[in-house]
Amino acid sequence: MVDLRPYAALFRGQARSLTSYRASFALELSTNVFATVMDVLTVLVLFRISRTLGSFTFHEALLMVGLSSCAFATADLAVGNIERIKLYVRTGLLDAVLIRPLGALPQLLLMDLPLRKLSRCVFGTGVLVVAAVTAGIDWTPGRVLLVVIAPLAGAVFFSAIFVVSATVSFWWVETGEIGSAFTYGGRDFTSYPITVYGGWFRRLFAYGMGFAFVAYYPALAILGRADPLGLPGWVGYAAPSVAVVAAVTAGAVWRVGIRHYRSTGS
Amino acid sequence: MLAVVKEGIGVDSVNATGRRGVHQNVVVSFRTFAAITGSGFRRYATYRQATFAGAFTNTVFGFLRCYVLLAVADATAQGLAGGYDRAQLATFVWVGQGLLAVVLLWGWTELADRIRTGDVAGDLLRPVNPVLSYLATDIGRAGHATLTRFIPPVVTGLIFFDMYLPRRWVTAPLFVVSIVLAVLACFACRYLVNASAYWLHDVRGPMIAWTLGSGVLAGLYFPLRFLPDWATLALWVGTPFPSLLQTPLDVVVERDPPVVQAGLVALQAVWVVLLLAACDRVQRRAERKLVIQGG
Repeated sequence: MVDLRPYAALFRGQARSLTSYRASFALELSTNVFATVMDVLTVLVLFRISRTLGSFTFHEALLMVGLSSCAFATADLAVGNIERIKLYVRTGLLDAVLIRPLGALPQLLLMDLPLRKLSRCVFGTGVLVVAAVTAGIDWTPGRVLLVVIAPLAGAVFFSAIFVVSATVSFWWVETGEIGSAFTYGGRDFTSYPITVYGGWFRRLFAYGMGFAFVAYYPALAILGRADPLGLPGWVGYAAPSVAVVAAVTAGAVWRVGIRHYRSTGS
Repeated sequence: MLAVVKEGIGVDSVNATGRRGVHQNVVVSFRTFAAITGSGFRRYATYRQATFAGAFTNTVFGFLRCYVLLAVADATAQGLAGGYDRAQLATFVWVGQGLLAVVLLWGWTELADRIRTGDVAGDLLRPVNPVLSYLATDIGRAGHATLTRFIPPVVTGLIFFDMYLPRRWVTAPLFVVSIVLAVLACFACRYLVNASAYWLHDVRGPMIAWTLGSGVLAGLYFPLRFLPDWATLALWVGTPFPSLLQTPLDVVVERDPPVVQAGLVALQAVWVVLLLAACDRVQRRAERKLVIQGG
């Protein structure tokens, strides 16, 4: 049985440091939400120009936006700070982490948990709820279950993407920005129906990397709409298994990466 | 130790923005400016991994944004979105992804960091105006970015999409002038955001506001013409943001007749003058109250 008390202590330390700078934390909570607000505003502006996007109406697209932003915000809150690993590699802090008798990944995540991003999760969930209520969905038990599970599966999936992108830093320290193409890029990709993307780019992101299973296919299953691209209706329910595959892969990549790590210190 | 930098202390004050008794040689200051610009170029030329990573990421986002805007145009009745046709939208997105790095919308915290750590004292001791010295470095950086960060996304766009190519000869010089003005305006905006550290110490607040506001208001996420006309006009006249990206992009896709094109660039020039004047003023004010802490 793994002893979780050290991790709990790390988390309590984080929470305590926040309560000592309450005003600053409140300010960061409120400013952070605007990043997600901007994404949703962009979608609203685009639908001001056209009635549909990739043959989906505004309410249908909003459900995808809700699923995507809810999943991404949750992953960003839980795992997003792994982006800072290049800083840890460069400053040598990772050495200190590795000599402790605890798992490296949970330590890195709990050492600097960005609780200020909590507001984005709340907003993302809000968008999802509004979308689910206004889209005129014919609710069945299966769809209710999916609308709850899909954002969680999406969060696991995005977390896996975050971990894999960060692992690149073990090989090339300064290329952290490549990861953004798949983390933030993945968020942008999943915010729209995948029918808007063309050719090999869609195949690569949607199926090759699995981003179609974050929002698009779950949304189709919840809405009860047939896929214009021809996949059967049950595919949306496969989202959790795609997330599990992604998480297992990310775990394997992380272990290879950390074994490859060589300290930069002198 | 606590050193107070004040304008006019000492006999031969060489305080950075303080007035100088001796008339400065124009050729010498030009040479200094050129030398700092050159070193700015060389400095960014050493970050090869980061340059590659940045160009790669801009290119991926180019695909994402381009497909989305093309889908918007496809779904409208005449195939026009905000007055742009498909080819114009493709050019707008891909040139925008290249310019993003040239004007460097995000990620510059150097001045704020130096103010917080006190290193800025070193800048103030030099007989060069800090605004000019940072500007020279930034122009060198922008020159490097034009070669390494502007070209890859634009070439990718040309390969994978039907891009609009300018048809009027006047567009080429206007576009070049517009890019230079955008670099100057964006530098000045970043300088002002960073300079808030003179008063605030922690610039995370202004920095977050800048990062969030500049992307959407400069026309990166969607062309500002997608907004209602009154909002577009208010943004253009009332804020510097459209001058950072939207103006050069509208010039290159020839969204408007030549007179309007030239007018937009002139508006950019007005903003550059106002912003650089504001930088100078803020810098002088800051030096009067700056307290360098530490030993």
